[in-house]
Amino acid sequence: MKKSLFALSLMMVTLLIGACGGGSGSESGNSGEKSVARQDPSSYDPTRGEGKFDESNITAGPLDKAMAEQGKGISATKCNSCHKMSDERLVGPGWKGVTERRTLHWLMNFITNPDPMIDKDPEVQAQLELCLVRMPNQNMKDDEARSVVEFMRQNDGVQ
Amino acid sequence: MHKNKLVLATLLIAFVSVVSCRPKGSGSVVSGNAASKAYVAPGKYDEFYNFVSGGFSGQLSVYGLPSGRLLRVIPVFSVDPEKGWGYSEETKPMLNTSHGFVPWDDLHHVEMSMTNGVADGKWAFVNGNNTPRLARVDLRTFRTAEILELPNSGGNHSSPFGTENSEYIVAGTRFSVPEDGNSDVPIESYKESFKGHISFVSVDKESGEMNIAFQLKTPGVNFDLARAGKGKSHGWFFFSCYNTELANTLLEVNASKKDKDFIMAVNWKKAEEYVKAGKGKKQTVRYAHNKFDEHTHTGTSEIKKEVTVLDVSEFPDIVYFIPCPKSPHGCDVDPTGEYIVGSGKLAALLPVFSYDKIQKAIADKSFEEEKYAGIPVIKYEAALYGEVEKPGLGPLHTEFDANGNAYTSFFVSSEVVKWNIKDLKVLDRQPTYYSVGHLMVPGGNTKNPLGKYLVAYNKITKDRYLPTGPELSQSAQLYDISGDKMELILDFPTIGEPHYAQAVAADLIKDKQLKIFDINDNKHPYKTNGEAEAKVVREGNKVHVYITTIRSHLTPDNIEGVKLGDEVYFHVTNLEQDWDVPHGFAIKGANNGELLIMPGETITLKWVPDRIGIFPFYCTDFCSALHQEMSGYLRVSPAGSNVPLKFWLGEKSAAQ
Repeated sequence: MKKSLFALSLMMVTLLIGACGGGSGSESGNSGEKSVARQDPSSYDPTRGEGKFDESNITAGPLDKAMAEQGKGISATKCNSCHKMSDERLVGPGWKGVTERRTLHWLMNFITNPDPMIDKDPEVQAQLELCLVRMPNQNMKDDEARSVVEFMRQNDGVQ
Repeated sequence: MHKNKLVLATLLIAFVSVVSCRPKGSGSVVSGNAASKAYVAPGKYDEFYNFVSGGFSGQLSVYGLPSGRLLRVIPVFSVDPEKGWGYSEETKPMLNTSHGFVPWDDLHHVEMSMTNGVADGKWAFVNGNNTPRLARVDLRTFRTAEILELPNSGGNHSSPFGTENSEYIVAGTRFSVPEDGNSDVPIESYKESFKGHISFVSVDKESGEMNIAFQLKTPGVNFDLARAGKGKSHGWFFFSCYNTELANTLLEVNASKKDKDFIMAVNWKKAEEYVKAGKGKKQTVRYAHNKFDEHTHTGTSEIKKEVTVLDVSEFPDIVYFIPCPKSPHGCDVDPTGEYIVGSGKLAALLPVFSYDKIQKAIADKSFEEEKYAGIPVIKYEAALYGEVEKPGLGPLHTEFDANGNAYTSFFVSSEVVKWNIKDLKVLDRQPTYYSVGHLMVPGGNTKNPLGKYLVAYNKITKDRYLPTGPELSQSAQLYDISGDKMELILDFPTIGEPHYAQAVAADLIKDKQLKIFDINDNKHPYKTNGEAEAKVVREGNKVHVYITTIRSHLTPDNIEGVKLGDEVYFHVTNLEQDWDVPHGFAIKGANNGELLIMPGETITLKWVPDRIGIFPFYCTDFCSALHQEMSGYLRVSPAGSNVPLKFWLGEKSAAQ
C-alpha cells in the first residue's frame, strides 16, 4: 500500500513537471458571470476606478449638446434596457444624479472596463448584491462612452 | 508479487518522464508517459485546431490537439436545432438545393484555404457527398458562410481538394450519372450514357465566394479522391478512379475485376486556357448557390441555371490516365510535388509515381496502344518512381512529414505505416484500434508539413470505450510522430463518422476570432435598435414581434392580440455587446428549434400557434443570476376575436 501511494505521488509530481513544457500561452477570460477570479483590491483607487481615464484626459465644461444627443442614441441601443433616466432601479440603478455621485473619469472607466471594477470596487460590489447582474461590457469606443457620459450630464441638468 | 511489479513499472514510468522534462527540442522523444504528452492543463490551450469531418452527421467538428477535447461542432449540411441552424428563417435558405430544402448530408473531407501551398487560416472547405454540395466555413466565426450545389453530379466524394493558392477547389462525382436534363435512360445503358463530371470551383481571394468556373466531362468512372500538384507540379491535379470496368450492378465484384484502374492526371492550367478561349459548352442546369451575409445576419439562396463544360475527349492535352493497381482510393502528393502515391485499396503494394517521369512520358508519348474512352493511357512503368513492397493490406491514404517520410493508413491490416519516400523502405508500423480510414498529420498535405502528431480516424471502435449498446461513437487515435517510432498517446471519441481532417497551429486562427457582432453594423431588416423600438406589428395574418434580449429580460415580455390562424415571427435582437453572452429563445409548442442569438445579432423564429391559450416563452441559455426570470407570456385568442394587439414590459405599457 505504502509503495503504491509513493508511486502515485511520484506520478503526480511527473504530471506537474510534465506540464512545464506543454503550455502554450493562455489568457484566461474574465468577463461575465462565469468568472470566479477575484483580484487583490489593495491597489484599487475607488474615486478613479480602473482604466485609462483620469482628471487629465476627462474634463468637463459647458454641456456639448450635439455630443449628448449622440449619447442618447447610443444609450437607447446599449444602456437603457437596464438603466432608467430617473432614480428608479430597473436591472441596474437609475441614472438620475449619477454624474454628481461619481467623477466623470470614474464613469468612463466603468463603462469601458467594467469587469475588473466589478471585482474590486467596494460600492460596485455592494450594488451587485442588490442587482445580481454584472454590468456587461458593451464594447463601446472611447468617444461613444464619452457621449453617453455627456448625455448623463444633460440628464442631471448640466447646461 | 503482482502488486510489486506494478508499483515498479509505475515508478519506472515516473522516472522516465521526469527525465523527459527538458527544454523544448532537446528532449528524448521516446517516453513511456503518453498521458503527459496528450495532457493540456485546465485553462491552457491546445497547440492545434483539428477540423474533423463529422461524416454522416453532416457537420464539421473541431477538436484540440493534443488533448482531443471537443471544442465545437459547426453545423454545415445538417440541421442543428441546438443552434437553430436550418430552423431560423435566416438559415433555412442555406440548406436549399435544386431539390428544395435538404436537412441532412454526409460530410466527408476537409480542406483549408491555402496561400503558397500552406494553410492560411481563412476558410475550411468541406464536401457533402449525398446531395452533391461544397461548403465554405469562415474561420473567424466558425460558421458556414456558403454552400454551393454541384450539377451533373451523383455524389460529391472527390472533393474539396484545392490548389496551392486555393485558385480552385475541385468536386468530382463518385457516382457517374447521365448529364442533368437528359437522364431518363435505362440503367443498362451505363457505358454509353453515364458520365463523370469534375467541377473546378473558383474561390475569390478576398471574399472567399465560390463559383463553378468550369466542369470537365469525363468517361463514366467513379472518382474517389484527389490532390492538386504543388511546387513544380502546380498546374496539375491528380484524381483516383475506380470502376474503370463501368459496372452498374454488384460493384463489389464487377468494379474489382481489372488488375489496374487509373490515376487521372489533369492539366488544369490547359483546361483554364481552353475555357478562357471560349471552347467550353454552355449547358443548362439547375443548382443552388447559398450565401450568408454577416451584416444582415441572413442567408440567401439563388438558383443558377448554366455551367460551362469541357468534354475532355475533345481536347488531347488536358487529361491522361495512369494505370494504378486495384481500385485506388487515396492519391496523395508529397510536399515537393514530385511524388504521387496511389493507394490501391485492394493491392498488396503501394506505387509511387514521379511527376517528372509523367511529364517525360507525355513528351515521349509513352502511351499504351489502346486509349481508354479516347483518353491516352501512360505506360505504368513510364510514370512509376517505384513501389513500396509489402507495406500492409488495404492501403487508403497517405500524409507526409517534413523529413521525407510518408505515413499510410491500412484498413484491412489495421495499422499506420511510416516509410521513406526516397528509398521506399518501411520504417515503422503501429496498430490502430480498429481499421483506420483517413489519417492526418498537421500540414501533412501541404508544402510545409508541421509533423509532430498523426491522428488515425478509425472505422471500427468495438471495445475501446465503455460499451453503449449496439451503437458506439467512432474513434480517433493520436500518435506522437516526433521520433523514429510512432507512439500511441491518446484515444478520443468523435461525432458521426470521421473521414478526413485537417489541423492548423492554434496561433494561425485563435487571435482572429470574432467575439461579438457589432450592433451598429447590424443591417438586419427586422433589427430592434434598443428597447424603445421593441414592438409588435400586424400585417394581415402575419405578426412581427421586434423583441430584444439583455440580461435578464425580454422586451416586450407580455403580448396579447395574437389570433389563431396567425403566423408569428419573433425577430430577436440580442443587445449584449460582450463576448460569450448569447441569449436563447423558445416558445411552447413551436414546431421548430430554438434560437441562440449571439451579441449584436438578430435572428427570427417562425411560430404558428395551434390552439388558443397562454404560451410562455423564455431564454434558453443560462445568462445571469436572474436567468430564470428571463421569460414572458403570449396570449392567443380565437380567430376573429377583438382582443387588441398589445405588448409591454413592466409598467411601460404600449398599445399599438
